[in-house]
Amino acid sequence: MKPKVAFFDFTGCEGCQLDALNLDAGEVIDLLNAVDIVNFREVKTERADDYDIAFIEGSISRESEIPRLQKIRAQAKIVIALGACAGIGGINCLKNHLSMDEARQIVYGKDAKYYDTIPARPVNAVVTVDYYVRGCPPVTAELVKVIKALLLGKKPDIPNYPVCVECKMAGNVCVFERGMTCLGPVIRAGCDAICVTSGRRCWGCRGLVNDPNLDSEKDILKKYGLTVEQVVEKFKIYNTYAEVTK
Amino acid sequence: MNQVNINVHIDLTRIEGHGHVVMRASDGKIEELLWEVVESPRFFEAMLRGRHYDDVAHIASRICGICSIAHTTCSLQATEAAFGIQPSEQTLLLRKLLYDAELLESHVLHALFLAAPDFLGADSVFPLVATHKDVVVMALRLKKLAYNLAEALAGRKTHPLSCTVGGFARLPDPADLKVLKKKLKDALVDLDTTVKLFKTLSIPDFTRETEYIALKDPKEYAFISGQIASTDAGIVPVDKYLEVTNEFCVPHSTAKYTRNKRDSYMVGALARFNNNYDQLSPRAKKAAKELGLSAPCHNPFMITVAQVVETIHALEDSINLIDKILARGLKEENNAVKVRAGRGIGAVEAPRGILFHDYTYDANGILTKANCIIPTNQNHNNIQKDLEALAPRVLNQPEDKIRLTLEMLVRAYDPCVSCSTH
Repeated sequence: MKPKVAFFDFTGCEGCQLDALNLDAGEVIDLLNAVDIVNFREVKTERADDYDIAFIEGSISRESEIPRLQKIRAQAKIVIALGACAGIGGINCLKNHLSMDEARQIVYGKDAKYYDTIPARPVNAVVTVDYYVRGCPPVTAELVKVIKALLLGKKPDIPNYPVCVECKMAGNVCVFERGMTCLGPVIRAGCDAICVTSGRRCWGCRGLVNDPNLDSEKDILKKYGLTVEQVVEKFKIYNTYAEVTK
Repeated sequence: MNQVNINVHIDLTRIEGHGHVVMRASDGKIEELLWEVVESPRFFEAMLRGRHYDDVAHIASRICGICSIAHTTCSLQATEAAFGIQPSEQTLLLRKLLYDAELLESHVLHALFLAAPDFLGADSVFPLVATHKDVVVMALRLKKLAYNLAEALAGRKTHPLSCTVGGFARLPDPADLKVLKKKLKDALVDLDTTVKLFKTLSIPDFTRETEYIALKDPKEYAFISGQIASTDAGIVPVDKYLEVTNEFCVPHSTAKYTRNKRDSYMVGALARFNNNYDQLSPRAKKAAKELGLSAPCHNPFMITVAQVVETIHALEDSINLIDKILARGLKEENNAVKVRAGRGIGAVEAPRGILFHDYTYDANGILTKANCIIPTNQNHNNIQKDLEALAPRVLNQPEDKIRLTLEMLVRAYDPCVSCSTH
């Protein structure tokens, strides 16, 4: 029996699901030989309520999403948070810095009353998550790696060291040396430091490593004349949920 | 024969985001018919407030996972307009090329993965792997090529990285562009195959004339430049966009609705085709002719055909742009940004239609106010009006046929629902 896989989207941009299709033809055919995709609303009409592995995309931002997610958890043997919104709350949590009434007022003005919303939160704030495919968007190769590991009954091996390690291996000039702030020293690797390699800096979309060395981050800030506040402003973009709940 | 009572509740699939068609009819009369947009809003206009200009496009890109290059480009334009920055010719050429990559990927995704299964009698692209393997392999190859082009220019396609306020933080490698040019040229054959496939599909015959709105640039088929053109109202400058969009809220949609000269208007591939047909490449025009598409066309089901035509235009355009970029040579430019207080408006043609970002910044480059008007949020009202015109014509058909026809209409718009709600 092939395992039945389902994809579900909550509050987000659906880019994670889309990137899941960014595979070579051979990989798609291999994947379809190994699993049955029974639920994938973005690309498939028929759907089933019987599945083993549930990928959850998006954060939880409406009251009605909570029972929907609980039902999926009750059905699935394995729940995987796909992407930053599902995994760490992601940018949707930027609205949590406002009252929900303020946010509704800014967007909908006099019609705000029609539109419900609650502070955005990651999937694990509502139900237990078994595995994470991190990033905004996730790296497709990592998604494939996770699926392969699960098919073999193994635990996916995701790095628990900071982005700086991969950034150095990529041969990049340190972002701090270029006079910008960077979250690389405390954020989980696995992205090959793609943002820095592309000329930018780390925004923190993969979330903190398990035991971030905050003292070392503070030393770096001091060395480059930056304040904790400056970095917190950047940290907020993806990691507001972690910041607020700490 | 008319069914006595018809209750249809369609939870739309094979579209980006969440929407329902609800229809209730009895004795051949429609009592209720609604296109409901139930997507959970993310409140981007609220989330962007207080952010530093250098993070704004990064955040705004996340409005949409499919058209993140359009949102990034529009966001950069708005910020540059606010600061009085005029991007260099090199930057504009690279942005256009990046834009072609997104259009190619997005249109192929819709035409071959999301819309085609309806015509080939499948529920998704997955069973087509067995029945139409060549088409699926070709579609994946085209998508991958578009991804690779975007990767060479911006690090990746979904949520691009290298494009920044004022320019590019990292320039592409000319050697990569040369390889890509060859692959793009080879892909022209794949598009011939796509045209051949679409020639065999029977597109529903339904017309309802509406107002068609798209960017127009006297120099080229407009994607990232020009003024607002309407088939009813003529040319309107971009800074008067609010006079065209006239957004309003309806309780059954978390996305706002718009209207201009009529009850509703259409944006997207067919609106561009109707406004700018003359500027399409010869090969794209030839494909349009072969596919029975001529301007003006008032059949919304032909949006997908217009996308196929635009894909050919974008592919040829990308080959020409690479030639131009390589002939000029790539040079490191000074992208230093001088911040000032002010307001700026960006306008681009996202794959699904005209998109506006309107930002106000304080003197420190912190965003104080944002407004984003999304292609699909402009199309929602037109989808509703089309459904109202189409449903009475199919009421005497079996319920599953009614459902399929209404679904196909919504799907033809290639709606990007989460983007429209943002």
